Amino acid sequence: MDATTHTNGSYLSKTGGKGGIRSWIFSTDHKRIGLLYFASLAVFFSVGVVFGLLMRLELIAPGPTITDAQTYNSFFTVHGVIMIFLFVVPGLPAIFGNFFLPLMIGAKDVAFPRLNLLSWWLYLAGGLIALASVVMPGGAADTGWTFYIPYSVRSNTNVIPALIAAFILGFSSILTGVNFITTVHRMRAPGQTFFKMPLFVWALYSTGWIQLLATPIIGITLVMVGVERLLSVGIFDPSLGGDPVLYQHLFWIYSHPAVYIMILPAMGVISEVIPVFARRTIFGYNFIAYSSLAIAIFGSLVWAHHMFTAGMSGVAAIAFSAFTFLVAIPSAVKVFNWVATLYKGSITLEPPMLFALGFIFHFLIGGFTGLVQGALSVNLHIHDTYFIVGHFHYVMFGGMGFGFLAATHFWFPKMFGKMYNHKRAAVGFWTLVVGFNTLYFPMFVMGWLGMPRRYYDYLPEFHTYHFISTVGSWIVALALLIILVNLILGLAKGERVREKNPWGGETLEWRADTPPIHENWEEIPVVTGGPYDYKRNDENESTT
Amino acid sequence: MANSEQEHAHIGYGGYTLIWLGLLALTALTVTAAGVNLGNVAVAVTILIATVKSYLVATIFMHLKIESRLFRVVVYAAIFFIVVSIILLFSDYTFLRE
Repeated sequence: MDATTHTNGSYLSKTGGKGGIRSWIFSTDHKRIGLLYFASLAVFFSVGVVFGLLMRLELIAPGPTITDAQTYNSFFTVHGVIMIFLFVVPGLPAIFGNFFLPLMIGAKDVAFPRLNLLSWWLYLAGGLIALASVVMPGGAADTGWTFYIPYSVRSNTNVIPALIAAFILGFSSILTGVNFITTVHRMRAPGQTFFKMPLFVWALYSTGWIQLLATPIIGITLVMVGVERLLSVGIFDPSLGGDPVLYQHLFWIYSHPAVYIMILPAMGVISEVIPVFARRTIFGYNFIAYSSLAIAIFGSLVWAHHMFTAGMSGVAAIAFSAFTFLVAIPSAVKVFNWVATLYKGSITLEPPMLFALGFIFHFLIGGFTGLVQGALSVNLHIHDTYFIVGHFHYVMFGGMGFGFLAATHFWFPKMFGKMYNHKRAAVGFWTLVVGFNTLYFPMFVMGWLGMPRRYYDYLPEFHTYHFISTVGSWIVALALLIILVNLILGLAKGERVREKNPWGGETLEWRADTPPIHENWEEIPVVTGGPYDYKRNDENESTT
Repeated sequence: MANSEQEHAHIGYGGYTLIWLGLLALTALTVTAAGVNLGNVAVAVTILIATVKSYLVATIFMHLKIESRLFRVVVYAAIFFIVVSIILLFSDYTFLRE
């Protein structure tokens, strides 16, 4: 357990002969790249939150409130584009995948460190172009994050820059996927077979495949929209002889699997956190591992459930609805296994565990409402209503968001060698739970009653729901602020952590130094047991 | 990888040139076929020729023929994904037109 003398210093002090910011933005160390992503994602996320708050503020009362309809359209488009392409899709793989994948498999770095740095540069370029499209003359895109035809070929706003941004971000995502798949195949420590890998690694591996196989489709589709706009070639626009439904197909062939790019790594995080704070071997390891792959495969076959009302044949609709119900099974397998892991465990409610339990609670609501929409008859009723917005945020924010915060609180001491204030973290968590449900639950109700999504104005009968929801958005903002301040305070003057294993975890990253040294290991570890052998390794238990 | 490098040498420049000429010939065939009224089978013919060309590029130029099984599995996975996507996509279009 104790720190041994190393010739290699902590990665935080190893600058690679470069000074200042250059030691970060030109570093090929996977840990530094992870933190680069962390910083840039935090900035983009904050911008996304601000647009979300503005959008909610506009809807606090019927009629014009703070802005006009055109600007409101841009609000929800920019909020969606930033949150999806710049935060939720890259979020966990880019930060925690980069930082912990090599540590968890006992490698010194990812397979292609320079490609990894290129991924970050592409991410940054894409992000800056997306932000530039907001302030450039012409105005921010107003098509919604889905860039549906015919809006996206006819809108006079900056659709092209937004498309270019999404295209570049796609490349960043593909390169990360290739890197992780190769790393998992080629660089595992001696003795670590596929079924001795931590489940977060399994999740990243499955995610890598989706990134690799599905992302090129959105890339080429966005290029086609650009070609259509610039050269008036009829591909999707019916007035030019194109087919708008084809666009929706191509868009969702990527974007539905992309939902699993967003949620799978978060599920991986939960599979790591639950056994540590329940002091129990994970229940059904193989099933959780296979369910990640099953989600990746079935998740690629359900895209048209976004289009049931768009003009679709009955045969295809039934097939896609059936696949949608099927994909719920592997997701449920995971939830059952997490709950079974908790059963008879010695549970401690440390902050990471709170966020993990928050994930399960909210993801359940998000998942079940997803099944509601997967049913063809109900889908016709609630399509394009706030019910969808509610469902999506329960899965994405309630799922990925809480998973992200669980990961942050779980691995924070390992990453920085510092500890945050646990009490304040818990206050942040509970405030977030209250704010989150106040913000998004009314959306289910008003959606069910017929409130359409993306509308600037609404009937007075929906006022109460919108009002409650907007108040919820303020509570969420407050909660995020508490969490952020707590982490920054922890970083600046938190208690120093030198112990390798402050939570008593069993996976390999807890055998590395805190914070890890450059290239992670003096000697590559040899893996003998499974990743969650709590019974056998009980003497390793230690808490802060 | 060393093995593949050695095997790769066996194909030689002559072989590569031959394949390249073959690809050019197939391209010419595609262009010619486009000029002939083949009716319903026109698309099928074009796709068939394109499939042969892709096969040659993937196996010879991209070395899949001599690479380890893992690489082939990766490519099969991608092909499987795209085939399934196209089947599902056209399941909609076919029945929609009826």
